[in-house]
Amino acid sequence: MTFNRRDFLKVAGLSAAVGLGGNAAFELIFPGQVDAAEEMKQSPTELTAKRWGMVIDVKKLTPGLRKTITDACHINHNVPTIEPPKNLKWIWEAPFEHVFTEVEQEYLEEAVKESPMLAMCNHCDNPPCVRVCPTKATFRRADGIVMMDMHRCIGCRFCMAACPYGSRSFNFYDPRKYLPDPVPNTAYPTRTKGVVEKCTFCTERLVTGQLPYCVEAAQGAMLFGDMSDAGSAPRKALRSRFSIRRNPGLGTQPQVYYLV
Amino acid sequence: MKIYDKPVIVIGVLIFLAIFAFPLWTALGTTPPQPKVELPKDMKECVAPTEYMKSSHMQLLNEWRDSVVRDGNRVWVSHTGKQYNMSLTNECLRCHNEKSKFCDQCHNYVGVVPFCWDCHTYPKEAK
Repeated sequence: MTFNRRDFLKVAGLSAAVGLGGNAAFELIFPGQVDAAEEMKQSPTELTAKRWGMVIDVKKLTPGLRKTITDACHINHNVPTIEPPKNLKWIWEAPFEHVFTEVEQEYLEEAVKESPMLAMCNHCDNPPCVRVCPTKATFRRADGIVMMDMHRCIGCRFCMAACPYGSRSFNFYDPRKYLPDPVPNTAYPTRTKGVVEKCTFCTERLVTGQLPYCVEAAQGAMLFGDMSDAGSAPRKALRSRFSIRRNPGLGTQPQVYYLV
Repeated sequence: MKIYDKPVIVIGVLIFLAIFAFPLWTALGTTPPQPKVELPKDMKECVAPTEYMKSSHMQLLNEWRDSVVRDGNRVWVSHTGKQYNMSLTNECLRCHNEKSKFCDQCHNYVGVVPFCWDCHTYPKEAK
């Protein structure tokens, strides 16, 4: 049998036509069966924003309130209490000069300079932790939240070295050994030995339409909202008061603002 | 070919084979123990067809994990159109509420130790 160029082109052309039109033909004959009916989608109750951000009103924070806020976060996220330097912290209290190492305003109010601050992950626009992560375990979501994928973390701690704010903590021990049994919040997982963790702006709460635990506990001292929306609560607060950010000179563009 | 001491060697080999195959001939006629999976009584269907869940629940859980953590999509529309919250602790274990009578049955049977439970919690069970 001879198979000349003419026959070859006929067969090739026909195959290409079947390949191009095959899926459409299948859809005509068996509608909806080519792609499975199963689907993954966003929760209808989820709070969404172009750019999540937070404002902390330093003057409204009292010692008792600071403790309420950190407890609300740490208890609900099953963060164990371990002695420093191997402690874990998502939001924590620290002296002003430790939190703001680079302040241009020399004559800030004494009361502000002398009171402890609350520090947390700044969910930067240019997060150094994301840039250095070798497994992309930490990544920036479309809504600006710098998120952790604990399943991917290999515990290399590059992110801890890269973060200029000390917002990341390493699990030197199995956290369950330092937590009561059952864990304080059974609906939320713990972490495991050898992964890095930090604040996630409570992504699990935004899904159900709730604000972060710290904001809920802060009685108005912390505001959470869409920074791209000029009418949101944090943007309104920023318009009316003077605010500072942590280490602005580094160019990370932190999205946690402090009203001083 | 000549084998020296042939009868002794043949009997020796047979005895060796008999001892070597001991687990096989003692188990003849008996059925090996089967995993006893206890299904939830009040629920009729799962998030995917039973056959698929039996063979591929681990792939499904991985897909759920990637969807929830990386894409932020947390609602699963199943093959029957029902909606589920993609969560191991808060959804799977809501029906399969006794890990030792469901998950552990097969996992122990085939000797796999999934590391889900290093982080994800399960309801406390009476020992």
